[in-house]
Amino acid sequence: MTAEMPTVEVPVTGEERQARVTWRHVARALVREPVVLLAVIFLAVLAIAVVFAPWLAPYDPLQPNIFSGRLAPLSTVPGPGGVDQFHVLGTDALGRDILSRLMYGARPSISIALGAVALSAVVGTTLGLFAGFYGGRVETVIMRIVDGIMAVPSLLVALYVLFLIGGGVVNLVLILAFARWVVFARLARGITLSYRESSLVEAARSIGATDLRIILRHILPNLVAPLLVLATLEIALLILAEAGLSFLGFGLQPPEPSWGLMIARGREYLREAWWMITFPGLGLFLTTLSLNLFAGWLRTITDPVQRWRWLI
Amino acid sequence: MIASGRISYFARRLLGSIVLLVIVLSVVFIANRQIGDPALMVLGVNATEEDVADVRERMGLNDPFLVQYGRFLKGMATGDMGGTFRFGMTGALTHGDLPDSRATLPIAAERLPATLLLAGVTIAFSVFVALPLGIYAAVRPRKFGDRVVTVLSLAGVSIVEYWFALILILVFAIQVDWLPTSGYGTAAHLVLPVLALSLRPIGRIIQITRSSMLDELAKPYVTAARGRGIPVQKIASVHALKNAAIPIVTTIGDETATVVTGVIIIETVFGWPGIGALTVDALKIRDVPLIEATVFLLVVMVLTINLIVDLLYTVLSPRVRLGQQS
Repeated sequence: MTAEMPTVEVPVTGEERQARVTWRHVARALVREPVVLLAVIFLAVLAIAVVFAPWLAPYDPLQPNIFSGRLAPLSTVPGPGGVDQFHVLGTDALGRDILSRLMYGARPSISIALGAVALSAVVGTTLGLFAGFYGGRVETVIMRIVDGIMAVPSLLVALYVLFLIGGGVVNLVLILAFARWVVFARLARGITLSYRESSLVEAARSIGATDLRIILRHILPNLVAPLLVLATLEIALLILAEAGLSFLGFGLQPPEPSWGLMIARGREYLREAWWMITFPGLGLFLTTLSLNLFAGWLRTITDPVQRWRWLI
Repeated sequence: MIASGRISYFARRLLGSIVLLVIVLSVVFIANRQIGDPALMVLGVNATEEDVADVRERMGLNDPFLVQYGRFLKGMATGDMGGTFRFGMTGALTHGDLPDSRATLPIAAERLPATLLLAGVTIAFSVFVALPLGIYAAVRPRKFGDRVVTVLSLAGVSIVEYWFALILILVFAIQVDWLPTSGYGTAAHLVLPVLALSLRPIGRIIQITRSSMLDELAKPYVTAARGRGIPVQKIASVHALKNAAIPIVTTIGDETATVVTGVIIIETVFGWPGIGALTVDALKIRDVPLIEATVFLLVVMVLTINLIVDLLYTVLSPRVRLGQQS
């Protein structure tokens, strides 16, 4: 990152450094990175489509129609009541509109990823904070568990536990959180360790701050930015993981529309209907790509060293 | 002294891996006995009560838990993990007979070469592609070429492997019919699975190569070497790469471990006769001993890869290497 040094106005006075970063700074930094801007727009559109799917989706995602099976994208067919039905992205083997299924199918995938990341972030950060702050035997035990879970392939663990307890949204959230809280614990512990002996913690302690106050007011704020970046990357990873598990038949179960399941079903019609797998896969790809791009940008603008170069 | 330090470090790591393996398999053993009566699983739901009782006795299910657990641990150590419930068995089970089931570990082990071939070729191909691209991007930061490589690497880690595999099948096997859709045996069968599996490692190795090379190229010795007129490509590929090797090797190791489990999905898509596809089959038909055997082998593979990476790490780390010479 430091191979070349573009000349920039770095704020030198204390006042300048203290100047609050406003949303306008952030927006300006975003406009300067068109690719990231596109990613953010895509994520916003996706969020709207997913949240308002019941109002925005053109057709019922679960209603089969024997007269319109496997229609190519941009097909129009006469529908009930003499009204023409237009399928932008075509229909699947049962005649269900793919665009509508995409909008509904994103819901379980995204809620599972968000739920699992929220759960693993809370559990992992708490344990990592305490391990890093108190050290000793607690730390040894927690970090041994972390190393152990990290060493075992998470896909295998998830597959096996789903085999034991069955799929479904809640089980997926629990399993993915169990497999991934360790990355948050590692990050939180690492950062806490670097602050534990710092003068800012010493100063707080010398004026009588309790451990809890030091952790919450002096260490946790330093964790927020890196945790946000990690959480964004984890959301992308878990969306892919859920899709993989559902594809293998161990995650969500039909007829629930999910992107992974749509690809699994489309696989049977690979020769006849390319659109059945293409669009859900593209949806997954664009979502994770946007999240990864956004995470990279977030890392840059929250980095205390690089931040001023990008925001001002 | 340093050398013996390395050996004792390695011995500790080996011991840790074995302990972890025993823990994982014990959890699997205990969990597997909660999901149903193995005797019923062997015989099917229509079995008579006498049959079930008979099979329970033969399978040792009437022994105390600790005896069964001890037998399981012993089996693990000696490589005899019991017979498969139903995998590869044809025909109905005859009255009272325990099926002449094959031992599970050999069934799983004979799938290993296919998986190792697929994973090995994938990693070799990924390193071959990603290392030059990463270095190329690092010596031209923020230029057009760097941006293209960076976006490509991000796309690589964002793609859904099995979806990409299906698209590859659609294009190269169905539309133009250049390559087989699935199967095993010739080099042509390898092309599509390797392409599908290698995108992610390629992306990750490019990212780590680029960033650790950038850090390295910013160091004073590089500036000094450039000042003496040595071309930057030469500095990068000869001196800086050697110093940036540790994070790159670590990432390659991680990715190898990920690919070994990533084959679970890709093997299923391509009908590749490896241990990944076998694992999925075993889970689908609920063949408990076979599940234990495949989990055993997959975890052993991943732990072995982690150990090798650790060993490489101590070899590459200049502190250890130089300490040894003195």
